Amino acid sequence: MPESGSLVSRAIRWDTVVGALLIVLLLFSFSFVDGFGNAFNLSFLIGSALPIALIALPMTMLVVAGEIDLSVASTAGLSGAVMGKLWNQGMTIETIIPICLILGVVCGLVNGLLVTRLGLPSLAVTIGTLAAYRGIAQIVLGSDAVTDFPTQYLDFAAGRIGDTFVPYALLPFLVLLAIALVVLHATPFGRSLFAIGASEEAARFAGVRVKRHKLILFTVTGLVASLTGVFWALHYASARYDNATGLELSVIAAVLLGGIDFDGGKGTLGGAIAGVFLLGVLQNVMSLQDVSAQSQIVVTGVLLVVSVLGPRVARQISVARAASSSP
Amino acid sequence: MRRTSLRRACAAVAAVSSLALALTACGGTTKEDVKSENTGAAASGGKADPNAALKKGLTVGFLPKQVNNPYFTSSDKGGEAALKELGSSYKEVGPSSATDTSGQVNYVNTLTQQRVDAMAVSAQDPGALCPALKQAMKNDIKVVTYDSDTTADCRNAFVSQASAEDLGRTEVQLLAEQIGYKGEIAILSAAQTATNQNTWIDFMKEELKDPKYKDVKLVKVAYGDDDAQKSFQQTQGLLQEYPNLKGIISPTTVGIKAAAQYLSGSKYKGKVKLTGLGTPNDMRKYVKNGTVDGFELWDPAKLGELAARTAVALVSGQITGKEGETFTAGDMGSYTIGKDGVISLGKPTVFDKKNIDQFNF
Repeated sequence: MPESGSLVSRAIRWDTVVGALLIVLLLFSFSFVDGFGNAFNLSFLIGSALPIALIALPMTMLVVAGEIDLSVASTAGLSGAVMGKLWNQGMTIETIIPICLILGVVCGLVNGLLVTRLGLPSLAVTIGTLAAYRGIAQIVLGSDAVTDFPTQYLDFAAGRIGDTFVPYALLPFLVLLAIALVVLHATPFGRSLFAIGASEEAARFAGVRVKRHKLILFTVTGLVASLTGVFWALHYASARYDNATGLELSVIAAVLLGGIDFDGGKGTLGGAIAGVFLLGVLQNVMSLQDVSAQSQIVVTGVLLVVSVLGPRVARQISVARAASSSP
Repeated sequence: MRRTSLRRACAAVAAVSSLALALTACGGTTKEDVKSENTGAAASGGKADPNAALKKGLTVGFLPKQVNNPYFTSSDKGGEAALKELGSSYKEVGPSSATDTSGQVNYVNTLTQQRVDAMAVSAQDPGALCPALKQAMKNDIKVVTYDSDTTADCRNAFVSQASAEDLGRTEVQLLAEQIGYKGEIAILSAAQTATNQNTWIDFMKEELKDPKYKDVKLVKVAYGDDDAQKSFQQTQGLLQEYPNLKGIISPTTVGIKAAAQYLSGSKYKGKVKLTGLGTPNDMRKYVKNGTVDGFELWDPAKLGELAARTAVALVSGQITGKEGETFTAGDMGSYTIGKDGVISLGKPTVFDKKNIDQFNF
């Protein structure tokens, strides 16, 4: 019965499951959780999930191509620190932001060159740059906290449109999301990333320029990470060297939860974004229900283990079904 | 082929940077522009009525920097007891890490959504909490900061644990006396960005400029991030790096405990003096075994109590947070609001072998 088989396998595709879970959780929260459904809380929830969602875009592509970048939070912290330092020195914010973005490109380029030209594993390289970039941030800004950025920028990063639940910053994010969706799922470049992740060798023999693709990915990841750093500093009205510490783990957790296979070659952006917001909503709801911070970490951890286990169990079920229905 | 792609990337970077520099010429917003823009802080509205009755049945949310930190636990318990006495209810929320600023911002939002009447916040960062706290005040929630402040326009009042100057200076005085005004000393602080720590350290340096400390030399400020293990390692590192070290000041409860733990198990016990801010329960053992001669602290329970009473007085309209307003904080007596809405708890207490058993927090 091939039809029902494919239907079942679509239903148990993990990113669909995560999307469904998100919808169920939202429905539950809207009806039963006091203080959840109002526009202010929703805009707040979206605003605090945006940094994670932003970095999840290139991270998904990297993981699909079989690589990882753990230095993203440090790149974000570094660009925030540089932003604060240059601001203190009296430079205009309109100049500082492009400089920070270029800095992010350089950070990403360094990761990418180390991985593609020297052939080092990305996990090792980016653990190294995670420490290095954060260290540089600390040297640049020291223990200062820069908070006096111009109001119109702060309002853009932290404010929302009128009394709606839509933060201003959501709109540019949606544009980036659309671009990322098209690139990953509807261009030859995006499709070749899946090929690289599934088997690098086979992709190379098929004529995919593996190293070049990876270099581009790391560079874009650096760029988006520094954009996130700028956004973070403005959103929280505070540029410090330790901004966004640990953000890489939230991003990876969300990507993992969204069903992106860490062996490479599998996953969808939709799944990753659903993962980001599932974690965000869950955290918001647990706080509103007075679940302690420690218990929240436990819940998140268990959910992550389930998300690794889930797709594998689902795959085994479909394999078993295929085996039993074939004769 | 590789060369061309690299060259193309370089060209792109150069193009963008020249664009950025061109923008400078066109003019934009700089720090100076913002300074002239922000002339006055948002003043809290309404008029104070010193004779207004204290309201009952309020809910006050405590949001410490970190929830499982013994210092904040005793402080918040003081707040809880005061609120119970005043017929109001208490709740505590907060992040499990003292450097999770975005987490703390989320909790401000949580308390706003739960429509508490007032919140008492110990801020991890002077600026990061501001947008969320302002939103809370817009929703008629009174905001009191305690222990660690935000910028002044983001809260109604700040309950200070003792003036930063008193604390910084007395810690140096305490240590100098113990080492006989001679030798190398170091500071073991918390996070490098901790607002209060840095202010105290600045006053310590100020105090050390006095000629009577001419033989005392501050060699290093180490950061243990309020993490027991890291503070322990930092202490070890300090003693390896400076074998002639005579004393350590650790103005953090986590740091001083970890340092005492290291010293008491090492050959430096009793030889390297340790002082700073600690709780009697944490330090009792080390005072009794001779590792520590004396240390100081304000009573955190009193700090929490004053924060709670200030919050209730604000909600009841007895005070609005303006300089010069006075209110009575139960048995603690009368307090006057100082400049920028700061309420000071008083001078710190020194704990030593003689008096430590009288305290239990």
